[in-house]
Amino acid sequence: MRPPSSIAGHSALPEKIDRSHITSTNTSITGRAFSQWMHGIIYRAGLPIAIILAWQLIASLGLVSPALLPSPAYIAETFIYLIQSGELWRHVSSSAARVFQGYAIAATLALTLGIAMGAFPKIDRVMRLLVQILKPVPPIAWIPLAILWFGIDEGSKIFIIALGAFFPILVSTVDGIRQTDKKYVELARVLELPHHLFLTRVMLPSALPHVMTGLRLGFALAWMCVVAAELIAASSGIGFLIMDGRAVSQADLVLAGMLTLGVLGKLTDDGIQRLEKRLTGWRTDFTGLSAK
Amino acid sequence: MSAPFTPSLDKNPARAPIGTQHPSGTQRPSQERFRLQGTPGLPATSPEVRLRHVSKQFQAKNGSLTQALADINLVFDADRVTSVIGASGCGKSTLLRIVAGLETDFSGEAVVNGRPVSKPGLEAGMVFQDHRLLPWLTVEQNIELALHAFSPSERQDIVHQKLELVGLSKFAHAFPGQLSGGMAQRVAIARALSHQPRILLMDEPFGALDAITRLQLQDELLRIRAQQRMTTILVTHDIEEAIYLGDRIVVLSSRPGRVAAVLDVDLPRPRQRGDSAFARLKAQLYEDFFSQSH
Repeated sequence: MRPPSSIAGHSALPEKIDRSHITSTNTSITGRAFSQWMHGIIYRAGLPIAIILAWQLIASLGLVSPALLPSPAYIAETFIYLIQSGELWRHVSSSAARVFQGYAIAATLALTLGIAMGAFPKIDRVMRLLVQILKPVPPIAWIPLAILWFGIDEGSKIFIIALGAFFPILVSTVDGIRQTDKKYVELARVLELPHHLFLTRVMLPSALPHVMTGLRLGFALAWMCVVAAELIAASSGIGFLIMDGRAVSQADLVLAGMLTLGVLGKLTDDGIQRLEKRLTGWRTDFTGLSAK
Repeated sequence: MSAPFTPSLDKNPARAPIGTQHPSGTQRPSQERFRLQGTPGLPATSPEVRLRHVSKQFQAKNGSLTQALADINLVFDADRVTSVIGASGCGKSTLLRIVAGLETDFSGEAVVNGRPVSKPGLEAGMVFQDHRLLPWLTVEQNIELALHAFSPSERQDIVHQKLELVGLSKFAHAFPGQLSGGMAQRVAIARALSHQPRILLMDEPFGALDAITRLQLQDELLRIRAQQRMTTILVTHDIEEAIYLGDRIVVLSSRPGRVAAVLDVDLPRPRQRGDSAFARLKAQLYEDFFSQSH
């Protein structure tokens, strides 16, 4: 044993890599940095902006009826109205609440069952056929039953969302665990790893990238299902907003609802991706040890 | 002591405070304790490894059988290094895996200290051809994984000691992806030694490394072995490596793998690769090697 002074050698390692600059706008926007930033914006947002401009042009020239396709400017006005009146927030918050509740249930159950099925072949054998048959049934097909069982209120919607998010998470968790490298399993045998260490140090970290993909897919499914559920029976939510727009022949409301869904989906997807980057930090590219 | 550098993944509680670390007394108690827990009743010296009539067949997907090893009878002496050489595909890795307990479907018997090997375990330290470090664990956590039978403070001590032994103390908190091939293999060796095995099994441990790193690691291995005596089996395809490191050399023939020759290396240590005796032995081995391959 050397005295602890040798530990000071750790300072040769780089500090945790700061990647905040990739997502947040640069704090020192000057000259070159600014032009780079603009460059990035044009690349990322250029195509949507071009489409909006073209759309606006078509609408302004009167090529399509505003009742069928309102202009972006008109939709923007609708948005402002929806935000100012608090309508948008009411719909977003009720949809989001359903999504998060359903998703939380789905993630908890799917991860638990997925780990169990992945780790224990017996459980897999018992569950497999059931999963294989239930998985292809579209969540929308469950709506009538869900309403019968859970009523027209929140319960049925949360059920549909949980059902939709459940299978992608389950399948990718089982797959991820099954794809644990045999070499590591062999290593675990040589090291006589106890089950809990094998689970936490080998199996789960190895499955993590798959699991995260499943969690992202699950969230996308959850947003789809909430709209499906709200289209059929609801008095609030983005799906309701869209249906309401159709009922009163206001295409701008429909489009505003659709856009809101797109933005919400992107935000949750970003969130999970960020979580994934954080959990798989060991994958960061190496920037070089300052060798002495 | 190293708490500020501990990555968040590390859940190990209670690191030993500086005062409790004893310069020399740290290893012995843990070793004793481990023996008591892991392999009760075994003597403190390294065991001898025997293979009796070991044969192994592989079945290809089309159902055809390949004889990998045929009637191998070998004794690997306690505390000595036995190099096993042979052409690729001669079954030398299979032989090692049988000793390690990783292969169970074979005929004959692999015996360690009078007991047949039934499963892999910590009694043997294994160095694979690939470093086989878990990429999501730091160097320190990778080695700690082999030390689950030790207390957290002992674990910490052993990790530091072994990393120092292989000259990688500065890299305790690096991830394997940040290491060069030679460094990663050093960590793998440190891990294999960490749990105080009495048998060291190495499957072409330096095969994937460049020539210079390979020479360095060979010397490092000799240095380590001078401190920690173990019955060592080194599988290699490098004749020079086999002579340089081995006390005895087993030459396997190809398909099926049979013992073609067994040679004792009586060269004094440290051995000189340019020595005439070394060269003679090498020439002889080349002859053995190629006479059996065709």
